[in-house]
Amino acid sequence: MSLDDLYKEVILDHYKNPRNKRPMPEAEVSSSQNNPLCGDEITVFAHVSDKMVADVAFQGQGCSISQASASMLTEAVKGKGVDDALGLAADFRGMMAGEKDPAEDEFGDLVALKGVVKYPIRIKCAVLAWDVLQEALAGANAGQ
Amino acid sequence: MMEERGGSPLDVERVRKDFPILERQIHGKPLVYLDSAATSQKPRQVIDAVTDYYENHNANIHRSVHTLAEEATAAYEDARAKLAAFVGAKDSACIVFNRGTTEAINLVAYGWGRKFLSEGDEVLLSEMEHHSNIIPWQLAARDRGAVLRYAPITEEGRIDIEAWESLLGPKTRVVALSGMSNVLGTVPPLRRVADAAHAVGAVVLVDAAQLVPHAPVEVDELDCDFLTISGHKMLGPTASGGLYAKRRLLEDMDPFLGGGEMIREVYEDRATWKDPPWKFEAGTMNIAEEIGLAAAVEYLQGIGMDAVRAHEEDLAGYAIGRLLDAGATVFGPHETSDRGAEVSFWYHGIHPHDLAQVLDQEGVAIRAGHHCAQILMRRLGVPATARASFYVYNTRDEVDALIVALERARGIFGV
Repeated sequence: MSLDDLYKEVILDHYKNPRNKRPMPEAEVSSSQNNPLCGDEITVFAHVSDKMVADVAFQGQGCSISQASASMLTEAVKGKGVDDALGLAADFRGMMAGEKDPAEDEFGDLVALKGVVKYPIRIKCAVLAWDVLQEALAGANAGQ
Repeated sequence: MMEERGGSPLDVERVRKDFPILERQIHGKPLVYLDSAATSQKPRQVIDAVTDYYENHNANIHRSVHTLAEEATAAYEDARAKLAAFVGAKDSACIVFNRGTTEAINLVAYGWGRKFLSEGDEVLLSEMEHHSNIIPWQLAARDRGAVLRYAPITEEGRIDIEAWESLLGPKTRVVALSGMSNVLGTVPPLRRVADAAHAVGAVVLVDAAQLVPHAPVEVDELDCDFLTISGHKMLGPTASGGLYAKRRLLEDMDPFLGGGEMIREVYEDRATWKDPPWKFEAGTMNIAEEIGLAAAVEYLQGIGMDAVRAHEEDLAGYAIGRLLDAGATVFGPHETSDRGAEVSFWYHGIHPHDLAQVLDQEGVAIRAGHHCAQILMRRLGVPATARASFYVYNTRDEVDALIVALERARGIFGV
């Protein structure tokens, strides 16, 4: 087992240069959670229009895995339908549970997080942003 | 290797030979265990005591007349006497066995707090408390309408003693304070705290989860009313330890857990309790663990707690110096005279979880997180810290290994 599996270049890139890390005052839905294990916290904002995630952003602080995962999340779900975004969240969870081996064309940069599976205690870090997304989008669905 | 260069009177090479786990390799590197504040490693003597108990003496205590039961009972009560002597308690009955500090504070908050706290009474805590010294009081306060007050810490991470004393008043019923912070290492002036609390009629609980393993403790000198002990942090088995309390308080308190063995007489609608400490020991207890803890106490007495303290003061000073030189931010007092060897730090903006992961790859085990002290983390303005903590088996060479591993983390994260 090598740390190179965990700290892949693409993960470190998202960590150092997070995409869509900004507040979004106009967001219809948002949700926050922290990881009680390490104190990491993530807020996900989404602008939902016509059952589409028209825009998505995040704020928060935490380790490279939690922050990179959040950054990748925003790129992956932006422009997707709400149901597709929730489906992607379920697939991501499946990958973290070691049950799914997603194709790179579907998952893009997220595939890099597959190495986290070998470090069980870090899975919570990777999944945190996705938990928050699900919670936020559940609010969007409930509001419709 | 592992030559001791400080002025420590402790023969660390000899000590290390007693700890089988120190033979382990982690990712092909020798284990450098710097997480003793979470739980200590166990010497062969403790492991053997537990094994000997199960192989030769196992029986339930205080109930049967057969030989094994008498042997088990004698060993268990002997462990109580050893632990009492270790903290300077003259009366063994002042020691209640349980799973350690968390259970002991819950016992006090339940058995004393719920009985004696009233509406508007105040419980004084500090900003640096472990959740185990907060949550039981929150629960008791909610139940009784009491109020929690938090005394601030200074920029150096010490208790602000003037502010602390200004928060004492006629409504203060309990002061509960860490005897050695699990994050900052801070050791408050405990006797002064106790005297000031007693002057306003409050009882004093010292959370000594970190203090008892690492420094000589005499409860009479501290004049605390309650003192909690975690056996697993002082070379003993997990779920060993308990509570020291003044006898009168144990007599006045309500039981915590009800059940077998803690009663004298039971009727349909009521019961009477055994005398302390047995009134607080319901059900089949952690017999093997407390017997293992007695072996740990003997082991520490063999080294001498003054020598333990001196060894750790040397390591703390060396570690803090090297971390500061390496560009780390070290939380808590930098002078070692009134602090233990729990050294929390930030290193070049690398998140503690990431640091701990890289260090693990180098065989170096540290803790990363909020250390069950979220109120303190907010006060320090960080979500988490990295923490290296030291014990009798650690060496200056291991501090050096920590620094080398940290440099590797800098390489990976490009900072």
